[in-house]
Amino acid sequence: MSKLKIVERGDHHIVFTRQFRALPEVIYDAHTQPDIIQRWMRGPDGWQMLECQCDARPGGRFRYVWQNAEGQSFSITGEFLEMDRPNRILHVERMHMPNPTPDNRIETAFVADGSGTLMTLRMSLPDAAAMTAMLETGMEEGMEHSFGQLDEVTSID
Amino acid sequence: MNQIDQNLAALADPTRRAILARLATSEATVAEIAAPFSISQPAVSQHLKVLESAGLIQRRIDGQRRPCRLAPNAFGPIQEWLDTITSTMERNYSRLDQVLASNPEEPTQ
Repeated sequence: MSKLKIVERGDHHIVFTRQFRALPEVIYDAHTQPDIIQRWMRGPDGWQMLECQCDARPGGRFRYVWQNAEGQSFSITGEFLEMDRPNRILHVERMHMPNPTPDNRIETAFVADGSGTLMTLRMSLPDAAAMTAMLETGMEEGMEHSFGQLDEVTSID
Repeated sequence: MNQIDQNLAALADPTRRAILARLATSEATVAEIAAPFSISQPAVSQHLKVLESAGLIQRRIDGQRRPCRLAPNAFGPIQEWLDTITSTMERNYSRLDQVLASNPEEPTQ
């Protein structure tokens, strides 16, 4: 099994691959069924998924909300564009911290690989400027930055 | 512009990406860099200026020559961010491995 790796990188797209032991059907369902999603998509250590709504059909929306022990939270919302079980999911998503990041278009492909699955995940931002914006508000760093600001704001007497 | 902005703006041009790919193999002078391209040396010099101010390349003086090379840790800020998201995503996928190993799901339908 190989871990997540970056196989291609452009100025506004990134392609990752990850291998799994289970079949494409199983991995596909793990990305579309809320009861399974909630068990693994927990994000950074110390966070839990508070809310997991996922209407996995073309045009359907999803909304995931995470919270940590200090009560800080962030969310990801998105829409499914194309679904082809067990081969491919195309969706758009953005993160809210609380301001939304630019729309990230994500194509996830599941291909049988021996008795397992090779997953290829292609993230595309609209342009290089959007990539910059995502980098600047990106994941943990962005969250820490926002929370650092929140600390500053709330510590003013 | 901060360094990530400058990095990405510099990378948004295909000629500059080709120049970086060339410099990834070895240091080179403006004439050597310009050789494979159908553009003039002054145009290449202009691209080199952009790359230099973005901190992606460095130039040194060697007699009459001013060879260019990739800056050490040129892609540091971008790499740092990518490492962060890659490790967060990998933590999720490792958890998925565990969930599936502890409770094998039969494909439904």
